[in-house]
Amino acid sequence: MVATLIRILGDFELAEEAVQEAFVVALERWPRDGAPDNPGAWIMRTARNRAIDRVRRERRYEDKLRELERLMPGEPDEPADTSLPDDRLRLFFTCCHPALSPEARVALTLRTLGGLSTPEVARAFLTGEGAMQQRIVRAKRKIRAAGVPYEVPPDHELPDRLRSLLTVLYLVFNEGYLATAADTVVRRELCDEAIRLARLLGVLMPDESEVRALLALMLLHHSRRDARVDDRGRLVLLDEQDRSLWHTEEIEEGTRLAAAARLDGPYAIQAAIAAEHAAEVTDWGRVAGLYGRLAAIEPSPVVELNRAVAVSMVAGPEAGLVLVDRLLRGRLEDYHLLHATRADMLRRLGRDDQAAAAYRRARELAANPAERAFLDRRLAELSG
Amino acid sequence: MRYMLLIVGDEAQYADRSEEERQAAMQGWTDYTQELIEAGAFVAGDGLQSSSTATTLRVQNGERLLTDGPFADTKEQVGGFYTIECKDLDEAIDWAAKMPSAESGVTEIRPVMEYAGTSYDEAPASVQEGAAS
Repeated sequence: MVATLIRILGDFELAEEAVQEAFVVALERWPRDGAPDNPGAWIMRTARNRAIDRVRRERRYEDKLRELERLMPGEPDEPADTSLPDDRLRLFFTCCHPALSPEARVALTLRTLGGLSTPEVARAFLTGEGAMQQRIVRAKRKIRAAGVPYEVPPDHELPDRLRSLLTVLYLVFNEGYLATAADTVVRRELCDEAIRLARLLGVLMPDESEVRALLALMLLHHSRRDARVDDRGRLVLLDEQDRSLWHTEEIEEGTRLAAAARLDGPYAIQAAIAAEHAAEVTDWGRVAGLYGRLAAIEPSPVVELNRAVAVSMVAGPEAGLVLVDRLLRGRLEDYHLLHATRADMLRRLGRDDQAAAAYRRARELAANPAERAFLDRRLAELSG
Repeated sequence: MRYMLLIVGDEAQYADRSEEERQAAMQGWTDYTQELIEAGAFVAGDGLQSSSTATTLRVQNGERLLTDGPFADTKEQVGGFYTIECKDLDEAIDWAAKMPSAESGVTEIRPVMEYAGTSYDEAPASVQEGAAS
């Protein structure tokens, strides 16, 4: 509802305030006079009128005013959902415009398109409410002052801009999935929100394979939420999880979407890998191949690390260790999962002293309490 | 909307250029400016001489304090500017990306202040004429 007003007015604050004022009037009048037949349309009409009044007082909005009156003539029977799907898509791209900082994009998307209030967004990202409020206000002002357009990007820019949008959604999901310093491993509301937004985006952009692929990836990760942490809040590794706690509907949907995605996009490849992990029996050879594909389009040491794990499952820990050791002096040298992975392979080879050293290094670097506890357990197992 | 495109770069990289390279660069800028004019986007623009030719003025208690050089010592310096008129930020970004300096320098894209009631277009004809001459 607000999205259409935002686009026409080019001003978040004006649109939101107009809608808020409309709600206030509704709360005053409806109990007294009875609710109208079409409450949504009533709100829109009232918000539009409030916006017109406000805009009349500000000269520089003259063009916007004319457009507003032209696009929304006062009519008694307007459809309930008056926010065009196109407008929500435009809003998506606006919130994720590269002219905004990554933090601002995330905050604005959650606040405007997601169902979260500012305090909720602040809590989700472990920021003070005041600081989050400032961040969102500044982002809205930048959009207005710098003239960030409310448009779906033209074709030649779409691939990059869509990638930026999907990154925002995946960032939100990951923040909920593995909180860096919080005591719980999953912050549910963020995961749910990310999935909801990815679904919405999939409806708005039905031809984009990577959008569906991202949804698949998130659903597959999310399906394991109840098995990832045991009843004492300790992290449980994938192969040790109680599969009866996995959510099968999400696995089915995720697997189906992953199978339909084109394997030339990074999210599609990651979704296919996730689908293998969710299957009855994981085809590790296929997983290793998929990581190889991923490395070809988005090379990174983390991808290489994951490929090493897959290789170790197919060809044994010795083969995996060769690949992992190559990463020791690179960007991952302070990455706790590198050392944890090394430790695991050394353990499987019976090289306990070296395994223990690697687990200790991993524990030093791990930031999440659940992960630290897990590493402590592994260390205890080695010495016990 | 109006934007200023501030052209920023490391002056040192232009220090040892041959006359041919200088001419070719000039032509690049002339072509770019022409493109802006033909698109109706050009409002103003100029190159600046090197930052070593700058003088900085601060006034304190009526006293003038002059320094030799730009206002701040930075790795990259302002070398020129354009003021353009275009629809929105994406268009401004497109123009900035086409600049000859796009790959060798940095461009800051900033919206120009709009003061309600003092827009140039509403100034009396005599003022507009005066400014144009």
